[in-house]
Amino acid sequence: MNDMIQMHYVVPADDFTRAGEASSSVKSKLKLMGVKPEIIRKVAIAMYEGEINMVIHASGGDIDVTVTPEEIVMVLKDSGPGIADIEQAMQAGFSTAPDNIRALGFGAGMGLPNMKKYTDELLIESEVGVGTTVTMKVKMV
Amino acid sequence: MNEFFTSVHLKEQLCMGCINCIKRCPTQAIRVRKGKAVITKEFCIDCGECIRICPHHAKEATYDSLEIMKNFEYTVALPAPSLYGQFNHLDDVNIVLTALKKMGFDSVYEVSGAAELVSEMSRHYVANNQDKWPLISTACPSVVRLIQVRFPNLLEHLLPICAPVDLAATLASKKAMQETGLPREKIGILFISPCPAKVTAVKSPIGIEHSEIDGVLAMKDIYPILLPYMKDSIDKVENLSISGRIGISWGGTGGEAGGLLSESYLAADGIENVIRVLEDLEDNKLDPLEFIELNACAGGCVGGVLTVENPYAAKIRLKKLRKYLPIACSHLENGDIEEGFWNDEVKYQPVFNIGKNMKESIENMARVESMYERFPKLDCGACGAPTCKALAEDIVRGVAKEEDCIHILREVIHKISGELSRLDTKK
Repeated sequence: MNDMIQMHYVVPADDFTRAGEASSSVKSKLKLMGVKPEIIRKVAIAMYEGEINMVIHASGGDIDVTVTPEEIVMVLKDSGPGIADIEQAMQAGFSTAPDNIRALGFGAGMGLPNMKKYTDELLIESEVGVGTTVTMKVKMV
Repeated sequence: MNEFFTSVHLKEQLCMGCINCIKRCPTQAIRVRKGKAVITKEFCIDCGECIRICPHHAKEATYDSLEIMKNFEYTVALPAPSLYGQFNHLDDVNIVLTALKKMGFDSVYEVSGAAELVSEMSRHYVANNQDKWPLISTACPSVVRLIQVRFPNLLEHLLPICAPVDLAATLASKKAMQETGLPREKIGILFISPCPAKVTAVKSPIGIEHSEIDGVLAMKDIYPILLPYMKDSIDKVENLSISGRIGISWGGTGGEAGGLLSESYLAADGIENVIRVLEDLEDNKLDPLEFIELNACAGGCVGGVLTVENPYAAKIRLKKLRKYLPIACSHLENGDIEEGFWNDEVKYQPVFNIGKNMKESIENMARVESMYERFPKLDCGACGAPTCKALAEDIVRGVAKEEDCIHILREVIHKISGELSRLDTKK
């Protein structure tokens, strides 16, 4: 019996206005599955922040979401510039977002801190010039 | 089309003839005559400042009542995004949209959805029309009217794309006809508006020949009726929203500019600030910019006089509502929408001209200057005009007389009483 669901999303490189669609889709699916609202909220926020980062900084990439009775795992993989100093990037308020999207509310520098806050596990693997893979887990407690 | 229709008007019975509104009007369109503050329609830009300031609630806006829904077999509600900011503890705009259907509308078409299409068309237009930089936003009808009557040099900079509500009305009416098979006259496209300027924009459109909006309802009328339906809708929400972060942001200042994804912009609000920006732009005092967003109301559309909530509180609520939405949910599928562009030329309307031709204008200007020299320059408002300069102009225009100024009147009385007392001593 299959007790695991996998969802794959391609986050497009060239259209900033499509950013956030993958997280929105996952949120709808989790609602249909009857996942607890507090869990859905954590997954939706963490994935949204990760997806936006992918578009703003890395020209898109791939997202794989796996749902089991125990947890929800999100793997966000891009071939972007990579993060040189992960500790610095994790600081609240630190942002390298371009100015042209600040009017829309971006660039507060809270993306990675929020991803840490709303997940039970956060792993960032990155190599400059190669890309970044972010793995996040939210338990279905 | 009534050329000088204005939504803002005076309720005479409540007017006390004070000078609050005449001093506040940014185009000096109001005069107190026979104890009542009358608006010169040609000068009025429907900004609503007089409505805001009147302590006796004597200034109000014309708009349609909910009764208008009965005129149509099928009604579509067009909520402005500022509506979402009126409610406390709202975390999903679909609750508002579901409630609108429950209160009697047959369907809903978000203005914020059309706004995202306008943003997309604007991004292309701005990129392809560098010779027209800075392009000026045209979503606020007060600002467009202001530029039309006072800033003719800036007409070429107006962004010739429909305001989101007009595009929404065009798309919603097409959709409704397709879905119901009903003829256009039986369908009511009804806008839920934060301001009176949009009422005027429907009755006397600028830039488009004809508006597809059939009625404009006031947000403050809808608000109390919607609340109980919203409470009912929380458990059975329909997913009716077609907009994301960009669309929702249009409700506040900076939202339209934000949707352009450009760093080179300026966003200003409040009619006095708007006038200052336009004056500076005319004088080439501004740094080179791609786009200028202008809103007559402080805070943006959330600050319109037909709203319920404090504009700054509403703006924060919009920020919360948009936070985790996709950037945009409505996208152009087949390139620019033809009906999204302006189809009517916007010409300078020199309503303030002091003469019919140059010779007359020069003569009249000279008369205004010499008349002005006779006044005490107190701008006291007792004559019914906002400033001594305005009274001088009124006299030359033939709508006032010198003795309206109580200081001149006092001189005249003094002179008469002097002569009377001389006559008396001759006895």
